[in-house]
Amino acid sequence: MDWQGQKLAEQIMQVLLLVFAVVSLVAGYVLGSFQTMMLVYAGGVTLTTLITVPNWPFFNRHPLKWLDPGEAEKYPKPQVAVSSKKKGTKK
Amino acid sequence: MHSFGYRLNGLLTFSLTILAMMCAIASLSDNLNTPSPSAEIQIMNINWFQKQPQGNDEVSLTMNISADLQSLFTWNTKQLFIFVSAEYETPKNSLNQVSLWDAIIPAKEHAKFWIHTSNKYRFVDQGNNLRGKEFNLTLHWHVMPKTGKMFADKIVLTGYSFPEEYR
Repeated sequence: MDWQGQKLAEQIMQVLLLVFAVVSLVAGYVLGSFQTMMLVYAGGVTLTTLITVPNWPFFNRHPLKWLDPGEAEKYPKPQVAVSSKKKGTKK
Repeated sequence: MHSFGYRLNGLLTFSLTILAMMCAIASLSDNLNTPSPSAEIQIMNINWFQKQPQGNDEVSLTMNISADLQSLFTWNTKQLFIFVSAEYETPKNSLNQVSLWDAIIPAKEHAKFWIHTSNKYRFVDQGNNLRGKEFNLTLHWHVMPKTGKMFADKIVLTGYSFPEEYR
């Protein structure tokens, strides 16, 4: 998933869960059945999981552009100074 | 969010927090209910009325209890616990409450009922004050919810009294 995709996934998750909470509360209250509320909400959680948790392609529409290996070799990494190794002796 | 596990964990915790809030709202919705219960208790017979060897009065009675408690049920009610208690005053105690009978009503359909029964629990006084005593029979109920606050209330029925002599 890319950065935009992560943000989208989080937003979709929050909105869907809140919507299902409200819908299940209203459905349960109107029908007078606590079980209805729990079942609708459980269905909503499952649906939200299926939509937002797996790494679907539509979450990767702005893919990160990693540096091409050929380009990287033109600019070698700076060398870490390894020659000066002090003997840390305390007297 | 950064990985499968991260998103799954976030979703699960958020969904459980929301579930807790839904249960709180469901409990609050019980306050919208305006119940109108009714009940009547008749004492059909005083089976016996004796003084125990220890000196305490004991009485056994047969009652006919009828009630309509259907309006107490809401969508968030698991069951109704009801009990009948006899209340009276003695020189020793300003209030005596003796539980005589109880029942659990699991569903609205069973909440309109009548029952002809003797007292389930023994009616023993602390002392021998019952002869000629006036007492109230009170039907208490506890509305036990599926989630949230439990409500309790009662109906007091007055005008009952014991016989003047043992029998």
